[in-house]
Amino acid sequence: MDFSLSPSAVDFRAEVKAFIAEHLTAEVVDQMHATGTFNDKAFNAALADAGLLAGAVPGYGDRDPIEHYILFNELEKAGAPYDGLAVTMLVAGVVNAVGTDFHRTRVLEKLLTGRLNCCLGYSEPDHGSDVASITTKAVRDGDEWVITGQKMWTTMAHVSDWVILLTRTNPGVPRHKGLTMFLVPMDTPGIEVQPVPTMATERTNATFYDEVRVGDEWRLGEVDGGWAVMGVALAFERGVMGGTNPAVPLLRHVRDWAGGAASPDGGTMLQDPLLRERLARTAIGNQVSQLLTLRAAWIAATGGLPGLEGSMAKLYATGRYQQAVGWFQEMAGAEGLLSFGVDAAAADGWIDYDARHAPVTTIYGGTTEINRNNVAERHLGLPRDR
Amino acid sequence: MDLDLTEDQEAIRDVFADFFSSETGPERARDAEPVGFDSRAWDRLVETGAPGMGVGGSSGGGGATLADLTVVVEEAGAHIAALPLVDHMVATRLLATVGACDADVLAGATIIGLALRPPVDGVARTVPTGAVARRVVALDGDALVLIDGDPGDHLENHGCLPLAHRPLAGATVLAAGPDAVDAYRRALDEWRALTASTLVGMTRTALDLGVDYAKERQQFGRPIGSFQAIQHLLADLPGLLDGARLITAKAAWAGDRAVAGQTGVADMGDNEITDFAALACMALVSAGEAATTSTDRSLHVHGGYGFSEEYDIQLYFRRARALTMVLDDPARECRRLADMLLTGQATGATA
Repeated sequence: MDFSLSPSAVDFRAEVKAFIAEHLTAEVVDQMHATGTFNDKAFNAALADAGLLAGAVPGYGDRDPIEHYILFNELEKAGAPYDGLAVTMLVAGVVNAVGTDFHRTRVLEKLLTGRLNCCLGYSEPDHGSDVASITTKAVRDGDEWVITGQKMWTTMAHVSDWVILLTRTNPGVPRHKGLTMFLVPMDTPGIEVQPVPTMATERTNATFYDEVRVGDEWRLGEVDGGWAVMGVALAFERGVMGGTNPAVPLLRHVRDWAGGAASPDGGTMLQDPLLRERLARTAIGNQVSQLLTLRAAWIAATGGLPGLEGSMAKLYATGRYQQAVGWFQEMAGAEGLLSFGVDAAAADGWIDYDARHAPVTTIYGGTTEINRNNVAERHLGLPRDR
Repeated sequence: MDLDLTEDQEAIRDVFADFFSSETGPERARDAEPVGFDSRAWDRLVETGAPGMGVGGSSGGGGATLADLTVVVEEAGAHIAALPLVDHMVATRLLATVGACDADVLAGATIIGLALRPPVDGVARTVPTGAVARRVVALDGDALVLIDGDPGDHLENHGCLPLAHRPLAGATVLAAGPDAVDAYRRALDEWRALTASTLVGMTRTALDLGVDYAKERQQFGRPIGSFQAIQHLLADLPGLLDGARLITAKAAWAGDRAVAGQTGVADMGDNEITDFAALACMALVSAGEAATTSTDRSLHVHGGYGFSEEYDIQLYFRRARALTMVLDDPARECRRLADMLLTGQATGATA
């Protein structure tokens, strides 16, 4: 095995790091946490203008696919607002994999400019992990479809230009066989977006679809073939679009805080043996998470679809992140409860932020339980339980 | 970037998977208890040339890289071979660096081991191979010394490892000074990487044993592996296994690069770690956790049978703990790692 990046990948990483150093200003970070929208259109556009999005769409283009991993890993490590970009590029990847020439021209090429956004419309109020049971319906009317229903956790809907929408087109067949995916322009009449605030800083949405009419050209994949499109989308989502190194900025923040924080036992927190042990354990978790992610990227780079490997990376990384957050918040004591902008906040409030954010990471993008089911059934070959 | 084994390594893996499958395994491990040495399998192993394969060709060895050796010892771990292979490989490589690796040691006719900790009151205590190795290399102050004599009295232990104390009286000094200390430290890091790979092999088999049992064992009219509570105990393990294997492979890669004079970095703030010493420590902690967790969960899935001597999982359970702790408390290893990461020292580059 060879763990060194190719010279061109090393150059690309240096370009991304230089871009981040220039464009990820304190204002950009403050703005993302103040608005709860982890998407910065100017930042995305600048990334595209710098030529850094050429390899950002999974499965598309002629760039070394390792660049895709490098881009999102560097953005995540730096604490940049990349969530909206990641979802947008994921949708671009799905469009590339299953879309028509119309989709590629009208959507994919525009997404590569970094100036437009997409969001994901899978979950509903009553159907989350059991996504194959969704009830938002699409009914054919000539060359058009009429979509009615409600989606939940439609993060970035309020800044998006398209939503990929999982709908039920055939209620008369087993549940996952009657689904169809659409790519719906967000300015279509009948769509309403309502904010859903969360206990961390990020905002998500509920979206409502009231007889939304779209032409058949906006269908993504076959009629009643939506489940196959979901399979592609989920394989791209898990593990290879960031989200597996959230403890890297946490570790940096804690390390920097601990050097200047007085320990109640005397000396600094950085001299506390238990804190040092936990910093090291977190550093190990960060390396292993990176390697599991790199393995998924490597599989994608060599022509595979790393669904299970992505599940494993997400399971491992999010569990470690939550463990680390719990350790550090406890060790920071009362100051670990203090938020951004508060004078005495440990690590300038980052510990409080991560402790608020961490719970969602084992929920969104496929819960830990769904990922465990996938690994148990498809990797270990255990009998299906459901 | 290449996360596949080389063709040569695939061939090595296949050859040694066959070897350890036919010459070692749970029954042989049981027969070798309590000392933990299978002399017949060692004799057969000597015929393969494995004991000296990690020594450079110019010194009469097989010229294998550290990465190659991880492939061999993962198979030894997977088949729970009661053989002092890791310690012998590491000690022969260490001897070769000071020009003291003779033909008997190279061939494996004489077994050599490594004292992992500083001697106390003139005794190398709880040496992992002390009860089977005639020769043991130890670091006494800044002197690399060679103990040569009858193996020590076996210390009965949790993992049925051939542990023994070895007095330093009569030991000869092989080398002394900073270079000797560096060579010994490098050897300890190689021990960490290869022991990690052995633990990866144990993790792999422990997972297989648990999954196979969960598919066969019927309760409440169906296989227990169909219960989500059982599935989820097992479903965390492939990530632990693959993660431990990847970081062990990365450690070996860094170790081979260090030999070639390429320095590494240890930047925890950017999660950029290519330093051999840091990665070797990470690999051992990571593989130790994978092995202790997987053997624990797999044993639990076996129910009462897992606790009985008759079933194989208990062999893996005990050895996983023994190999994880025989060097030191993993928490202390982590504090050592913190010392490296917080000062940014690239110690692995000194070899």
